[in-house]
Amino acid sequence: MEEITIDVNYLARVEGRGALNISISKDGKVEDLQFRIYEPPRFFESFLIGRKYDEVMELTSRICGICPVAHQITAIRAIENALGIEPSQQTRDLRKLMAISAHIQSNVFSMYFLSLPDLMGYESIITMTKDNLDIVKRGLKLKKLGNDITDLIGGRAVHPVTAVVGGFTVIPSRNKMKAIRKRLVEAKQDAYDTVDLFSEVEIPDFERKCEHIAISDPKEYSINHGRFRSTEGLDIDEMEYRDYIREEQVPYSTALHSHVKNRSSFMVGPLPRVNINFDQLSSDAKDAARRSGVKFPNFNPFVSHLARAVELVHDIDESIEIIDRVPLKEERRNFICKAGFGAAITEAPRGSLYHSYEIDNNGIVKKADLVPPTAHNANNIEKDLQEFVLTLLDLSMDEITLKCEMLIRAYDPCISCSTH
Amino acid sequence: MVKKPKIAIFKFTGCAGCQLELLHLEDIFLDLLELFDINYWVMVKRDNDEKEWDISLVEGGISTPKEIEEIKQIRKKTKFLVAFGDCAIGGCIPSIRNWIPQMEAENQVYPDTSTIHSMKVLGIGEYVKVDAILKGCPPHRETIVELLKSALLKIRPRLKQHPVCVECKFRDNACLITSKKMACMGPVTSAGCGAICPSLGRECEGCFGPMSNPNASALASIFKDIGFSEDDIKRKFRKYAGMSSEFQKEALHEWKK
Repeated sequence: MEEITIDVNYLARVEGRGALNISISKDGKVEDLQFRIYEPPRFFESFLIGRKYDEVMELTSRICGICPVAHQITAIRAIENALGIEPSQQTRDLRKLMAISAHIQSNVFSMYFLSLPDLMGYESIITMTKDNLDIVKRGLKLKKLGNDITDLIGGRAVHPVTAVVGGFTVIPSRNKMKAIRKRLVEAKQDAYDTVDLFSEVEIPDFERKCEHIAISDPKEYSINHGRFRSTEGLDIDEMEYRDYIREEQVPYSTALHSHVKNRSSFMVGPLPRVNINFDQLSSDAKDAARRSGVKFPNFNPFVSHLARAVELVHDIDESIEIIDRVPLKEERRNFICKAGFGAAITEAPRGSLYHSYEIDNNGIVKKADLVPPTAHNANNIEKDLQEFVLTLLDLSMDEITLKCEMLIRAYDPCISCSTH
Repeated sequence: MVKKPKIAIFKFTGCAGCQLELLHLEDIFLDLLELFDINYWVMVKRDNDEKEWDISLVEGGISTPKEIEEIKQIRKKTKFLVAFGDCAIGGCIPSIRNWIPQMEAENQVYPDTSTIHSMKVLGIGEYVKVDAILKGCPPHRETIVELLKSALLKIRPRLKQHPVCVECKFRDNACLITSKKMACMGPVTSAGCGAICPSLGRECEGCFGPMSNPNASALASIFKDIGFSEDDIKRKFRKYAGMSSEFQKEALHEWKK
C-alpha cells in the first residue's frame, strides 16, 4: 500500500481551533498521530490569582460560550466547598434545572448542527435545510427550549448572571415556569424523534474498551453532584481528584493531556454518563434507550450521539420534575468569608469538569486549578484514532479524513475550554 | 435578484460565546440563511470559501503572532469588518492577564513554555482598521440583528452610546449605588443589554465595555466613598475593558492620585 498522510489544518464543526495530522507507513503502521490543539491559551489559572471569590464564577463563565453554565456552577460549588457553605434544596434544584437546560442546548447543538451533517451526507446544517427542513426545524426548536430555560433562570443564555455563591440573586416567577413546563411536555415527542433519528443513522462499527468516567449518585442522574466513578473501579470524592488524575504537557498541543494515575487515558461525556448511570435515567429515557436496540454499557465512541439523545429524553423528564417540586421562594444568602481550599466536579455537556480554588481570609484567590472535559478527553481521542484509522485503510483519502473527523466530533470537543 | 451579501465568521482568542449568541437567533436562523450567503464559518461548516467577503464578523482577541497575520489577511479580503464582542474590541476577560508578566502567566500553566507563543491579548483594532464594533460579552441578539439589517439596507447601524443607567430608568429599577451601596458599573458602561443585571438584583459588572465618553474617575471615587477598597476598584476596571483608553487610569490605579 501507499503511505497515507492526513492533514486537517483547521477542524470544522467543532468549537475552537484544532488540527489533525496522521501519517501511516507503507506497511500499515501509524507512524505519527496528533490531535493538535493550537487554540491560543488564555491563562485563566494565572489571572484568577488575585481576583475575589465572588467573581470567580463570572470570570470562569468566559472560558466557554457553549457551556458557561457548567463553569459557573462548578466554580460556585468549589468556592462553597472552600467556605463550608451548604446550599438550600431549592438552590440545588434550580442549579440542576439550569445545568440541564445548558445540556439540552449544547447536546442538541452537537447532535443537529455539528455531527448530523456527517451522518446524513451534508457539509453543514445550512445545506441540510434544502431536503431536511423538518429535521433542522426540530433541532432549532429544541435548542431554543434549552436556551430559554437558561435565560429564565440565569437572566441570559450565554454567560448568565443570577447564579452566585450561596444561591441566586433572583428566583424565576411561577407563571414563567409554568409556560416553560408546557413547552417541555410538548418537546418530549421531539426528543423521542431525536432518539429514533440517531438510532437509524449509520455509524462506524468501532469499539475500543477504555476507562469511562462520570460523576455518579445512586439517588439521581448526576450532573452537579456525585462521586467521580469509572468503569475500572475508580470511586473518589471530588476533593481527592488530584490524588488520582494527572496532567502532562505534549509539545504539539496547548491543551494538557490527562490520565488516571498509574493507568491510561480515559473518556468523559454523555456515553460514559449513560454507561455508568443508566439506572438513574428516567424510565422513559431507559425505555427509549432499549427501543433503540443499542446495548449499554457501550464502548463505541460514535454511540455518544445516541447517548446525547437518550439524555435529552431524561433531561426533559427531570426538568418537569424539578419545576413541579421547586417552591420558588425568596431565600437569604448568608455566609462568612474565610480561608480554605475547595474543589468541585460537575458534568458539563461534554463530560466531567473540575475546578478547585485556594482562597485567603479576605476571599482572594491564591491558586486555581481547572480541567475541562476536552482536556480530559484529548489524550483518549488520540488513542481511539490510533486504532480507528487502521480500520479505514481500504477507503479513499477523503473518506479516511472524514471518518477520523467524525470520531473527533463524536466527542464534541470544546477546544477553547481545553486550553482555557 | 439582488446578490446576497457574503458573510464570514471568524474566531480568535475567546470563548465562542458571540458565535453562540448568533446561533441563538433560532427564530430567524432560516431567514438569515435566505438573506445572507454565509460562506465561511468553521464552527458550523466543513466547506469554507476563503476568497472574499462583504462582511466579516470577528470574534476573539489577538494573542499570538500567527493571529496577527491572520487578521491582516482577513482585513484584505473583507469589505466591512466587525469586531464582534468585547474580546475582539479589547481582549475582554482574558486581558486581565495583560497585567501579569507574560512568563509568569505561562509558568503558572505550562511546565515547558518553549512551545507557547502567546503575547498580550488585544483587540483586533490594534492591528487592522475596524468598520464597526458590537459591544458585549456577549453582544445582545437584538444588536446583532440591528447590524445585519443595516448591512442589508446599507445604512449605519444604530448602536447605543448611552450608559446602562438609561436602560435602568426605562425599567424603573432603583439605583443600586444610591439605594444599596453596591459597586454598580452601570454609569460608565455602554447600554445594549437592557440592564439585565440591575433588573435581576445584581450590580452591573460592565460586560458591554465603556460607554461613549464616560466619567470613570468620578465613579471610582463614589465606589471609594461607599466603602470599597482600592484593590476592589482596580479589579472592577480590570475586567471586561481594562485595556480601553476610557478605563485606563482606573485600571492602572492612577485615579486616586
